Amino acid sequence: LRESAGGRVLTGLRFERRQDPSPLLVMGVSIGAVVAALLATAVLFSLHGVDPVAAYGTILQKTILDGRGFSEVVRKSIPLLLAGVGLVLAFRARFWNIGAEGQILAGAVGASAVALFAPVPAALAVPAMVLAGFLAGAAWGFLPALLKVRLGVNEIITTLMMNYIALYIVRWLINGPWRGQSVTGFSYSDRFAAHTWLPTLGNTRLHWPTLLLGLVLAVLISFVLFRTRLGFEIRMMGESPDAARYAGVNFMWTTVAIISVSAGAAGLAGVGEVAGIHHRLVEPNSISLGYGYTAIIVALLARGNPLAAIVTALFLGFVFAAGDIMKVSLRLPSQMPSVINGLVLLFLVCSEPLLRYRLARRASAPPAAAEGEARA
Amino acid sequence: MEIELLTGTTARALAFSAPLIWAAMGEIFAERSGVVNLGVEGMMILGAVVGFIVAQSSGSPWLGLAAAAAVGGLIGLFHALAAVTLRANQYVSGLAITIFGLGLSGLLGRGWVGRPLANPMRTLDVPILADIPVLGPALFSGQYLLAYLALLVAPVLWFVLHHTRAGLSLRTVGESAAAADTAGVSVTLVRYLAVTFGGLMAGVGGAYLSLAYRPSWGEGMTNGMGWIALALAIFALWDPLRAVGAGLLFGAFFTLSFRLQDRFPPELLTLLPYLFTVFALVLTALGRGRRAFGAPEALGEGYSRGER
Repeated sequence: LRESAGGRVLTGLRFERRQDPSPLLVMGVSIGAVVAALLATAVLFSLHGVDPVAAYGTILQKTILDGRGFSEVVRKSIPLLLAGVGLVLAFRARFWNIGAEGQILAGAVGASAVALFAPVPAALAVPAMVLAGFLAGAAWGFLPALLKVRLGVNEIITTLMMNYIALYIVRWLINGPWRGQSVTGFSYSDRFAAHTWLPTLGNTRLHWPTLLLGLVLAVLISFVLFRTRLGFEIRMMGESPDAARYAGVNFMWTTVAIISVSAGAAGLAGVGEVAGIHHRLVEPNSISLGYGYTAIIVALLARGNPLAAIVTALFLGFVFAAGDIMKVSLRLPSQMPSVINGLVLLFLVCSEPLLRYRLARRASAPPAAAEGEARA
Repeated sequence: MEIELLTGTTARALAFSAPLIWAAMGEIFAERSGVVNLGVEGMMILGAVVGFIVAQSSGSPWLGLAAAAAVGGLIGLFHALAAVTLRANQYVSGLAITIFGLGLSGLLGRGWVGRPLANPMRTLDVPILADIPVLGPALFSGQYLLAYLALLVAPVLWFVLHHTRAGLSLRTVGESAAAADTAGVSVTLVRYLAVTFGGLMAGVGGAYLSLAYRPSWGEGMTNGMGWIALALAIFALWDPLRAVGAGLLFGAFFTLSFRLQDRFPPELLTLLPYLFTVFALVLTALGRGRRAFGAPEALGEGYSRGER
């Protein structure tokens, strides 16, 4: 049973449209989705014969409350932060970049090319790798962006296809032209020279320069988005494209430029993984444990706010680190983190109406006409 | 000799592209109603794993197929709930289904990896049609029943879409939900049916992979096929008959590219389908606006009476 305008009848109560949800509510809904997913995971634990309370206890103890464990949480949130902040920017302009995974791999290839083959002075090696990784990632996003703005080609499918293309190019490189001279029976490149390794914090695997880069990028993108004319134009492009066109925003170059930056940020995540962790080009599934896809969740949970991505990246980094604990200490299947990721996103989808509607008594509902006028 | 090459290529193309055609036909119906479903990959992979588990446990691939279709349909129903009733972002809902489906399928299929299906679907010839010269060996012999069925279902769906009242309602809802609503068509009902049907078809596509084409379960075995099916729906300009033609073209390209395996490294050969998908989308879009190449006008937009 529907009423004529804007609302649905529900036994004396009705849903009425909200104007703008408050930031507190937006945050509450994101947190609610996370909590719901963690509760659903508790059920999954029980189904696998693991006591959920004890399981979460073990996980917290070995991740948040343990120095080395916590460094793993932060370490895994680095690629999520870099790629996630980039995606926040892309989603703001309503460009559905699903290709962060491929852009991460492209960045890894760019950095590896410099580390393995470029005759760069030792002091400049790391900056050159960072630059090469950024450019390679940006190049991977450039093509879908160009196809979208010039020809209207669906960016969701092209960016996704570019993921597979990147994956098989990496496989080809490590099995073919870049296959290590010193390794037999394994497919990976030679080890990078030590001066190209990113420094890590103490004896952890936390490659802090990349973390710093992610934090700086989050602040920088936040500044551009909310404090500059360009940022205003980007937000206008996403929120009301017609108004943006009328205001003379150059859609083509703005889109191509910001998608390149977005993809470049993901490329930096790839640099961090090869230069900070593996020190060689390895299997694509080892370079990225699905960080590019998880970064989509980072960006969606952050709801368009680059600074919020710092928190959401940290949370999903925790999920990845918790996955290791589940596998090793609790003997749970290795697929748990991806199931949890999916659950978070599913609950986020289901909670979306909370942002748009609120429950009100019928009597207090404004007449349909007034509501229409208020919007106009 | 050349005829044999042609028929052989076509036959292998059909065997390869049958799951793409199934999933694409479903997606075409969903998108014609105005709902994008980015969850095709997730629906296919859950269809593949559930179909395999049911078929392996019961010994009947047909029970497996039914289970796969049911699972696909159920997830389609969820997507309809999110996209139509909750009016959540369709892209996000579809992505959620794909990400969750890829994870859950891995979890469900953990104990079933590396055990070939004991009683898989068998290839068969179509009586009479198989004896037609050229066409017989190309399309009507040595395929799985599901491949023949895809060829049979396509014209039926085409007829429903273009020549029945139901098809007209479907297309109107996708072009202008408000107009359909004014004409007394229930936008909600049409979208629920179309999206659920799309999920069911994706489930069948997944079952083809795990019960017939490669009768086994491997984690991530759809390997992007759901996404290629989405591209195929666009490449086929949202028409079920053209989906068969386009699917065969995709299949022929993939089949032929494997003739290059002496000269190319296998990894580069494997990436060709994905490259070709991008290329096909570019071809579709070249020089044409959205309107001209026939995307449903209201694609991706939620509908609520009285709101714009």
